[in-house]
Amino acid sequence: MAIHSIIVTVNGAQERLDVPSSMTLLQMLRDKLGLTGTKNGCSAGECGACTVLVDGEPVNSCLMLAVEADGRQVTTVEGLAHDGRLSTLQEAFVEHNAVQCGFCTPGMLISAHALLERDPHPTEQEVREALIGNLCRCTGYLRIIKAIQEAAERGGA
Amino acid sequence: MAEFISDPVGQSVPRVDAYDKITGAALFTDDLQFGPGLYYGRLVRSPYAHALIRSIDVSKALEMPGVKAVVTGEDVPARIGLYLVDRPIFARDRVRYVGDPVAGVIAISEDIAEEAAQLVVVEYEELPAVFDPVKAAQPDAPLLHPDLGEYKVANFIFPEPGTNISEHFKLRKGDVESAWPRCAAIVEDAFRLPHIQHVPLEPHVAVALWEPSGQATLWTSSQSPFAQRDLIAQSLGIPHGNLRVVSPYVGGGFGGKAGVSMEVYAVAMARVVKGHPVKLRMTREEEFIGTTVRQVLVAHTKIGCDAEGNLLAMETEYYFGGGAYNDYGVNIARAAGYSCTGPYNIPNVKGDSYCVYTNMPIGSAMRGFGMPEIHWGIEQIMDQLAEKIGMDPAEFRRRNCVKTGDTILTGMKMPAIDLVACIDKVTEAINWGKKEQPSAPHKKRGKGIAIMWKAPAMPPNPGSSAIVRFNEDATINVEIGAQELGQGAFTVAAQIAAQALGVPYEWVRVSAPVDTRYSPYEWQTVASRITWSMGNAVKAAADDARQQILALVAEHWDEDPDNLDIKDGVVISYKSEREQPLKGMVIYGLPNENFEGWKGGPIVGHGKFMPTYVTNLDPETGQGTRAVVHYTVGAQAVDLEVDTETGQVEILKIASAYDVGKAINPDLVLAQIEGGAVHGMSSAFEALKFDERGRPLNPSLVDYRIMSAVDAPQEIHGDIVETPLEDGPWGARGVGEHVMVQTAPAIANAINDAIGIRFSDLPLSAEKIFLALQE
Repeated sequence: MAIHSIIVTVNGAQERLDVPSSMTLLQMLRDKLGLTGTKNGCSAGECGACTVLVDGEPVNSCLMLAVEADGRQVTTVEGLAHDGRLSTLQEAFVEHNAVQCGFCTPGMLISAHALLERDPHPTEQEVREALIGNLCRCTGYLRIIKAIQEAAERGGA
Repeated sequence: MAEFISDPVGQSVPRVDAYDKITGAALFTDDLQFGPGLYYGRLVRSPYAHALIRSIDVSKALEMPGVKAVVTGEDVPARIGLYLVDRPIFARDRVRYVGDPVAGVIAISEDIAEEAAQLVVVEYEELPAVFDPVKAAQPDAPLLHPDLGEYKVANFIFPEPGTNISEHFKLRKGDVESAWPRCAAIVEDAFRLPHIQHVPLEPHVAVALWEPSGQATLWTSSQSPFAQRDLIAQSLGIPHGNLRVVSPYVGGGFGGKAGVSMEVYAVAMARVVKGHPVKLRMTREEEFIGTTVRQVLVAHTKIGCDAEGNLLAMETEYYFGGGAYNDYGVNIARAAGYSCTGPYNIPNVKGDSYCVYTNMPIGSAMRGFGMPEIHWGIEQIMDQLAEKIGMDPAEFRRRNCVKTGDTILTGMKMPAIDLVACIDKVTEAINWGKKEQPSAPHKKRGKGIAIMWKAPAMPPNPGSSAIVRFNEDATINVEIGAQELGQGAFTVAAQIAAQALGVPYEWVRVSAPVDTRYSPYEWQTVASRITWSMGNAVKAAADDARQQILALVAEHWDEDPDNLDIKDGVVISYKSEREQPLKGMVIYGLPNENFEGWKGGPIVGHGKFMPTYVTNLDPETGQGTRAVVHYTVGAQAVDLEVDTETGQVEILKIASAYDVGKAINPDLVLAQIEGGAVHGMSSAFEALKFDERGRPLNPSLVDYRIMSAVDAPQEIHGDIVETPLEDGPWGARGVGEHVMVQTAPAIANAINDAIGIRFSDLPLSAEKIFLALQE
């Protein structure tokens, strides 16, 4: 299988990686870079646990090949807090107990982050629709929705 | 704002695991790193629902480069099981469902293992299969387990060898026959619930390593590290001390990660490649059909009441289709049997609850453990009875629901609860009795109510233990064997330890991951038993440490320990008003005067809890002194709209109230109530589908839909009722499962209120509702 040399910026740091053709972005993040915050819930783009930002857009990293990330900017859950300071969204998730088992949380945070970057003042319905690809079995979603709305009120992602 | 949190019990303190989970730092099993020596496993599964295995040829798979070994039932001739040891690890002579594992391939990569699994050639001779539990219970049904009589079984489970019945629980109270003529209203109906799946976001994953010494370690996403150690050690015939189970955070359990399912394969496979860890990870498709499912129920129920609305008699048959192996499912049928009336006081009861083998995926524990299944029918019949005698359904329930001190169906006295208060809370929250306007002319609006009970279903004597250890600065490590599944067990453990000791909440660390080598024993994180049982053990351990500290300081000050207390991490005397910070002294002790020696030493508190009062029940009547430890009760009310053009149901509001005894962390209770309401709502619309040969049709998240953010109700209202439980920590009892038990029938009752149509079978698909509206 062909190996490709790629350069990808992950959470602000440039990485030079050799990746096989069939390797997904999710596998690259988890297995090559040890960024295990991004989760694998279905390997089929159905659950959203593996959502990351690629050039600011949320994508299911299990459906994107690592080679496609060549030259692009990737942000994972590990890149949301800066210098130990949580993002507004992360703080709101804690305050609203929007986290239970925590497996969907990284993907939820990333989708929410993309939403607030795109639209700083979404309606409740827009928040719900932005999360449609992120499944959660524990929380019932309402606390996640409220946390995102509160982060928006506080000025963004 | 105070700089720390004092007396955290009863306060909505932040979760101890929140920071790790929002930063991506929280480690789940699949996140653990095992280095380049890691191998990957893949299971070879049966394509037939029922067949004899004629031969297994693994030679082609073994020839494939990168394949390290192939394991079959010849290598591991053992069975495993919790209450009934009926499950071969690998099928040997026959397969019993589509997906039954016959072999395991070990290779250097997941891809190679998957490819090689397709090269294992198995010759089958197909047998007639049976899928319906009522048909499977008949004497002429194809027999799945001819050896049923030889299986090891718990002494409170009653299989019927020579049939497919793996458990038959009988409940006999009063005399139903003489009661029917006295009834002014009788409702009789059959109800059917399909297979559904837990759908944790994290699929099952296990990694096992055997060292050449014979010591094995299993890393696994598990609700039951200790039960897994016990069952796997027994099954493989190794000392318990040679098997270590490590379980990091669990990405959702809901019962699906209770007991043993796929974990034993990782252990069995790793044994043939000693020195190399073997990772076995379920695909989402395998998660649906190859781990466990909620078993189907076919219920036939008849209930009657007098003209004043007093329930007089109930007769019911529950046929649980337990699937191919019923090692855990037998106890679901038993629980459904001893709680068969639902939360009602009925003087005459005849109940028969069966668990039946079928050629379907393995039925096992799922949130509610038989209760969502039986309440589906019971709670609809209660509405119909109320309607027949012209009584408000909420009032009918207030009148008949179980109350403190009642002698319930098994003969046990009902421990303190207040179900009427729960009914009052939800009727108030939903504006019960007020007809609301629909949002559009083609929509119909309705409200429904349902109540529930559930006892922890478990052996009579499941134990918990805990250790409280101090660090030099008086921060504390609480060691427990209970698992954090998202419900908040670690947070509750920290709150209880801080409260019992008298130290700030922030001083407490919960030792994780759970590791059977270092963590104290916990039976399983199931049955909504942890806050109660583990809570008692943590409290006992903290009390033990506290007593040691007070005795030491009392001796040091020459005072009576009864005059001393610990507040915010400082020992104080109410008599002399002296103070002694815990820092330092909890490790180094205290010096005698002029340093003429020392007293004390490192403080370690130990605690345990085990219920000692549960009795077995009479096998012919289900009667006994104490069937269960306690019940948690609750009520839910639903406000919804039905779109008459599409048959779609939109849930506007769910109001829930549960009697939790004492909310150790009220916001976590409310989080359970909200999440459970949506889980329960989702369960009313979910169904695994199979073709006529038992092959799954929708094992994916696209074809098996769970509720998404756009489906969640506009509002979920939660109320907490607190009637203290006699032997709960500060009166607390569990609530994790109860929050979804009666949601589906509450929805069905609301649909009936909206459109005047009843549905006795789940799921409540839009198609089914639309077609019913056309009739």
